Amino acid sequence: MVSGLINPNPIVYEKKECRVRSVPSNVDEYAVEPIDQLEIFDILSLPNICVDIKDPEHPYSLEELKVITEDAIEVDDKNSYVRVTFTPTVEHCSMATVIGLCLRVKLMRSLPSRYKVDIRVAPGTHATEAAVNKQLNDKERVAAALENPNLVAMVDECLAQSFA
Amino acid sequence: MDLVDGNYELREIQKLQGHTDRVWSIAWNPASGTGDIPPVFASCSGDKTVRIWEQSPSSRFWDCKAVLEETHTRTVRSCAWSPSGKLLATASFDATTAVWENIGGDFECVSTLEGHENEVKSVSWNASGSLLATCSRDKAVWIWEVMPGNEFECVSVLQGHKQDVKMVKWHPTMDILFSCSYDNTIKVWAEDGEGDWCCVQTLSEPNSGHTSTVWALSFNAEGDKMVTCSDDLTLKIWETDIGRMVSGDVRTPWTHVCTLSGYHDRTIFSVDWSREGIIASGAADDAIRFFVESKDGLVNGPTYKLLLKSEKAHDMDINSVQWGPGENRLLASASDDGTIKIWELATIS
Repeated sequence: MVSGLINPNPIVYEKKECRVRSVPSNVDEYAVEPIDQLEIFDILSLPNICVDIKDPEHPYSLEELKVITEDAIEVDDKNSYVRVTFTPTVEHCSMATVIGLCLRVKLMRSLPSRYKVDIRVAPGTHATEAAVNKQLNDKERVAAALENPNLVAMVDECLAQSFA
Repeated sequence: MDLVDGNYELREIQKLQGHTDRVWSIAWNPASGTGDIPPVFASCSGDKTVRIWEQSPSSRFWDCKAVLEETHTRTVRSCAWSPSGKLLATASFDATTAVWENIGGDFECVSTLEGHENEVKSVSWNASGSLLATCSRDKAVWIWEVMPGNEFECVSVLQGHKQDVKMVKWHPTMDILFSCSYDNTIKVWAEDGEGDWCCVQTLSEPNSGHTSTVWALSFNAEGDKMVTCSDDLTLKIWETDIGRMVSGDVRTPWTHVCTLSGYHDRTIFSVDWSREGIIASGAADDAIRFFVESKDGLVNGPTYKLLLKSEKAHDMDINSVQWGPGENRLLASASDDGTIKIWELATIS
């Protein structure tokens, strides 16, 4: 069982207990509320990816594994731009592309279509950083990947677990 | 008047809806839009279909005349008309290229070209319509000979690119093929005189080439200049000695003329050079831009000037911009937002 794990002993960090949203100065309840960093972070707090998505023994979220932190999400709502920088748990994590694809799909399904999304691995955290980044941001490759039923099933499985 | 001295605006003529997924590519029928034949173009989409659009001579409105479906089982990535306008080739992620014949207004799939291992990304006819080229994620470029009775015979499988090949395009007058790739290079392919096709030049970073994926390329009307667009946010202009090429030297090199940087904010997916010399680009920043050669900089070689930038031309990424075949400056653009727009680049006095 353990032999199938890419990282059998991940470091697990505590979840942040309490997050305080800044109180908007505008109290008009009909005003359009801009999408902020925390909102994207919540969208992306997917449990169970990267350790081994098929292994229910490791129900850690991307947040607990520090794959995604709030600081690594840059949002510019005015210009409809998001950049997510994630940190694979190990330098050779072969799941990096799948994690990135999951993050992209999740954002595609959650954000208004006007958004431009860039996804990258944190500089210096992956052996094939440039190749992973290039692949994740080539929309033709992403489109082709998302027509592959096996990959879509894998992504859906990852995403479904975030609501478990 | 010089093109560069004009004042222009991009007028939206019509927004065409019908595709139910992103529109990847459009191709104008080269045998339309002149004389009595109304302009026609094809569009292809992530919805697995191809649509044929025609302008009504009376109302000037564009209508969808045909939907080509139930042949491709995945995204149709690109389409190309034969020079006569009688055949339409469509390249799909389903690893096949289909050839359709217009029989009295009905499009019938008359041939299916199989051989690539996975997604076919682009298809192009040579100037005489005797050869077809396709390229794929499998890193290969295939050349097909058009035989009688809608038969297509593979005459060459060209290996050389290190990554998926994004686009193939024949030179407008010569049987010389160009391919551009995810490996950041552009390759030039020619026949050696004994029936064998080989790579005669690679335009890459060391010879002033692109530093990221090259998505598309286009030639000027004379065929002595080429423009390429890339994920590195630049357009590059290349030129060759066309006289030497026409006289038979297929190895006549292409050299870098200049790089248009600082204009685009996100990946440039499409570029098209009009017959009168205006370069249009479509990019992931939802904008369409127009460039033209400026005579000012002749001391240091030609320079190119931004004529016009139309921001928010679409709601999402622009995947394809293509100039129409007629005299008026019609441009079609295709987008991730599922729509196609017809524009006129109009002069304002």
